[in-house]
Amino acid sequence: MKSPKGPKGLTRRQLLTRVSAAGAVFVVGSGFMAAKDAAWATELTTVKPETFASLVQMARDIYPHDRIGDEYYVLAVKGYDNPDNAEDIEAGIEALNSAARGKGFASYLDIGWEADRVRVLQSMEESPFFQKIRGGLVTGLYNQKAVWPLFGYEGASFELGGYIDRGFNDINWL
Amino acid sequence: MAAPFDLNDDSVVVVIGTGAGGGVLANELAQKGVSVVALEAGGRYLPEDYVNDEWESFGQLAWVDPRTTSGDWRVSRDFSGLPAWIVKAVGGSSIHWAGASLRFQPHEWKAKTTYGAVQGANLLDWPITGEELDPWYTLAEDKLGVTRTGGRAGLPGNNNFLVLEKGAKALGYKEVHTGRMAINSADYDDRVSCQQTGFCFQGCKWGAKWSSAYTDVPRGEATGNLEVRDHAHVARIVHNDQGKVTGVEYFDKDGSLQLQKARLVSVAGNSIESPRLLLNSASAMFPDGLANSSGQVGRNYMRHMTGSVYAVFDKPVKMWRGTTMAGIIQDEARHDPSRGFVGGYELETLSLGLPFMAAFLDPGAWGREFTSAMDSYENMAGLWIVGEDMPQETNRITVNHDVKDQWGLPVANVHFDDHPNDVAMRNHAYKQGQAIYEAVGATRTFPTPPYPSTHNLGTNRMSEKPRDGVVNKWGQTHDIPNLFISDGSQFTTGASENPTLTIVALAIRQADHIARELSAGNI
Repeated sequence: MKSPKGPKGLTRRQLLTRVSAAGAVFVVGSGFMAAKDAAWATELTTVKPETFASLVQMARDIYPHDRIGDEYYVLAVKGYDNPDNAEDIEAGIEALNSAARGKGFASYLDIGWEADRVRVLQSMEESPFFQKIRGGLVTGLYNQKAVWPLFGYEGASFELGGYIDRGFNDINWL
Repeated sequence: MAAPFDLNDDSVVVVIGTGAGGGVLANELAQKGVSVVALEAGGRYLPEDYVNDEWESFGQLAWVDPRTTSGDWRVSRDFSGLPAWIVKAVGGSSIHWAGASLRFQPHEWKAKTTYGAVQGANLLDWPITGEELDPWYTLAEDKLGVTRTGGRAGLPGNNNFLVLEKGAKALGYKEVHTGRMAINSADYDDRVSCQQTGFCFQGCKWGAKWSSAYTDVPRGEATGNLEVRDHAHVARIVHNDQGKVTGVEYFDKDGSLQLQKARLVSVAGNSIESPRLLLNSASAMFPDGLANSSGQVGRNYMRHMTGSVYAVFDKPVKMWRGTTMAGIIQDEARHDPSRGFVGGYELETLSLGLPFMAAFLDPGAWGREFTSAMDSYENMAGLWIVGEDMPQETNRITVNHDVKDQWGLPVANVHFDDHPNDVAMRNHAYKQGQAIYEAVGATRTFPTPPYPSTHNLGTNRMSEKPRDGVVNKWGQTHDIPNLFISDGSQFTTGASENPTLTIVALAIRQADHIARELSAGNI
């Protein structure tokens, strides 16, 4: 299967478009900070932009939430962009692309359907790389306070006096 | 002599651990005028320090020193270094517990007699009866302020309970209520009533839930008879040539090894650390570890048959609001072998916040089957299953000499295989739990696997005969008269109830016994 996007995956321009379309608003966290209007591709310090784009796509494919913007996935994996992890990440994404090529695609990012990307991920599910990324996302994604409201979760309540006067028993459809 | 006590003061009782067992024992002894030094591995955190944030709280309170795991239980695969979710702090796991405070049923004190021979199970009757413990249960309920006992009202039901209650009644269950909880339904004993905040597992910021951290421990200290040393990690219990224990070696907050002399030592470090300590205290006289002539130290590890059922509805539940575990169905707690297993189980409301739900709903899962469930988080209700599991000799805590903790001490390995009775009971409970929610219109249900263990039990069990266990009916070790066990590791069997009330009742009773024996000069 030949992808119309060409062999190199998303271009830097496409990456920037993608992020801007998602309305990236970065929050402070995971030890890094980015300005509201900054393009995250330029924030990368160590891993290649194509590599990072693949990593972000991989993160979304592992835990796909259609109502959650890319910026949260970016934040969830941004911590790997450092000299301690770069080598592992580059090698892991190369393995991912290699697995994609083995299934007839030019690269992971060239795969148009999520189901096809998932099959590639399943083929490397037992690898330490996949498990590291998946395991990191459990906290990297779901422990971002900014995503909690998107799931309806209200977080801390003590500061608001608990729910004793705020609907602990307000269910009305039973 | 008043606290603080000298390291060479050999007139003190040393209590290791300050949770529901050790914290209560230390206070009860101090109230009776006994000098006590309590050694606590963790730091001191009070309600103002607790945080309404699951992972941050976990980082603050959880015992995360290295441990290893083995066996066929799924925890060993998904959380290989974290077999248990227990607390390292003054107050121990009484900071984290949900507050469910149930007495054992009378037959559960006689598991072997009641259930008969169960292949592969190392069942035994407790050397005490329900009647013997009744008055101590009453004292424990009054200490903890347990709702629906002693004239105290029940808690109001939250959304998660209201869903459970409706489903339970649709199935014909009769014993359905908001539980007997050590969480105040009205101001009691200088603690305020529950403000329905949630985050019961992260330490109650109102102090509405009982914890030894802010009740028994400071009250014991106020007598002048109790000194609590935090950040004191016990390495070894030492003994003399007569085979009596004489003191406790521990690493203090600066990492220096200290020796506190003692007339009597009580171990209450939870069912993983307590046997680890006895095993790590092996000596020329006791090469298999202290109090281990039976070979039972570390064996018969129980964790309750647990699991959860979460269910998604077409409308919001917001299960995280309000008291986490104030909801129970008790109809299945009976012993009724016609269901295909011995013993019984309780069904109790439970909720996790979004971060922990992501970690525990189906550990290791990914893709849309998982994320579509998470997308419905707001519409979820949840319950926890807690049932009696079978003691098995091969389920055990051993010392893993290949892995050392930050003090250079060999860590505990926790080995657990489910017994077929555990599996049959869990499957029955999953089916019932799913039916409860389907009766209220659930569109999807999740039979969720057990979390890292919170109810760690049985590894220094109580027995009438020394060859069958580690301690006698007072928690005194069969082998060493001035060495006691005061936590859930003395449980002969686990029963189907949350263990804390029984741990507290046993600790109050044990304090009475120890004080009497000390003053009589018998120990």
